[in-house]
Amino acid sequence: MNALKHNVSLKINGEHYELTVSSKESLLDVLQDRLRFTGTKKGCNSGECGACTVIVNGSPVNACLMLAVEAHKAEILTIEGYKADETMQSLQESFLEHGAVQCGYCTPGMIMSAKALLDKNPVPDEEEIKQAIAGNLCRCTGYIKIIEAIGAAPNRQDGQK
Amino acid sequence: MRNFEFYRPQNIGEAFDLLEYHKEKSRIWAGGTDLLIRLRDQAFKIGALIDLKQIPQLDMINFDENTGLRLGALVRIRDIETSNILREKYPILVQAAETLGSIQVRNKATVGGNICNASPSADMVPSLIALGAEVKIAGKNKEKVLPLGELFKSPGKTALESGEILTEISIPHMVPHSCGVYLKQGRRKALDLAVAGVASVATIDPTHSKCVDIRIVLGAVAPTAIRAKKAEAIMRGSNLSDPIVNEAAKVAAGECSPIDDVRSSAWYRRQVVEVLVKRSIMQAINKVKAGEEKIT
Repeated sequence: MNALKHNVSLKINGEHYELTVSSKESLLDVLQDRLRFTGTKKGCNSGECGACTVIVNGSPVNACLMLAVEAHKAEILTIEGYKADETMQSLQESFLEHGAVQCGYCTPGMIMSAKALLDKNPVPDEEEIKQAIAGNLCRCTGYIKIIEAIGAAPNRQDGQK
Repeated sequence: MRNFEFYRPQNIGEAFDLLEYHKEKSRIWAGGTDLLIRLRDQAFKIGALIDLKQIPQLDMINFDENTGLRLGALVRIRDIETSNILREKYPILVQAAETLGSIQVRNKATVGGNICNASPSADMVPSLIALGAEVKIAGKNKEKVLPLGELFKSPGKTALESGEILTEISIPHMVPHSCGVYLKQGRRKALDLAVAGVASVATIDPTHSKCVDIRIVLGAVAPTAIRAKKAEAIMRGSNLSDPIVNEAAKVAAGECSPIDDVRSSAWYRRQVVEVLVKRSIMQAINKVKAGEEKIT
């Protein structure tokens, strides 16, 4: 085993994956190109837009700034994981109801940041929501409907649909 | 970007050996949030990255009532931001951490990385200098400690020599009747470098009428973070009145050497320094007063 290539085991959305990656491949590269999890978007590739936000071991990170080799033995949640996650489904429905999606490019990253927030703080106030998504840029919506959608999502989980 | 070797030494001895072997073709890797971008920009070519994250004891937050705080170089900014002990004992560090990048970046970036990347606008640096931080630099069979302020040589350059690793930051116990405030002015509320950053740590007397000591550190307005020593001299021993604080703020603005760049102009940066120095001093003093009124 040389130091140019690495065997990594990852758990992504609950499923196990084994890959050989080169040192320079980012987690984003591996998600998009190797595993076809194309929901995670490449915006700036430098950690400045949040479009590539995924949750690694419970914490939201920019997948573009993480080397794939660093993700060895990590548990990763991407936007594709919504199928098994009630919080993400509530967020999805709330985003649709509130008109929080225009082009949709920032949306996966926004949902992941919101999911990370709601996991720690189930009923956040507006200021807490703004801080949670401060690392996610949106060029379309002006953010207001995104903030409203995230604020309304917890109520959905109580079954008040 | 060409591929490179990536090593994950299990102890610091292995890390030293790797650095010695690869020499200038290697770089130390912690969070990588600055380094990876520079590598992609081809700022330099490297053959090997040496990841320190598997080495034990480098990411501890250790507070002792008598000796103060020890921060491992690999403590993540997010862990500083969310630390209850730091919020209680060194809230200025939590304030500084909150201004860095975004939550996503803070979940990877480390305090050692922020220091060693040595950006003139590094957000953790002014507060650490204002708190009197010292850094431990380890090399093969050697170790030295120096005040953080002496570590920076020029933008992007520290006093670290080849083969050396910054392992720990230690901060003395805060003196009674002291408080620190870090204020950052940027164009956005997150994901931006500072136009100017100011850290003020003030100590007042028990009757709240005099400034006993103060450290004012300016970031992003000089090649490295700098102490505004003339401003400090005006405040030290003073009666905390508005005219004196205003004077100190004005003098501080003259002590820095900001530049024009994409984010701001030198002229505007000086204006901002004056405002932030005044605000941070007033807020620090008011926090001491408020904190102590609660107890009595």
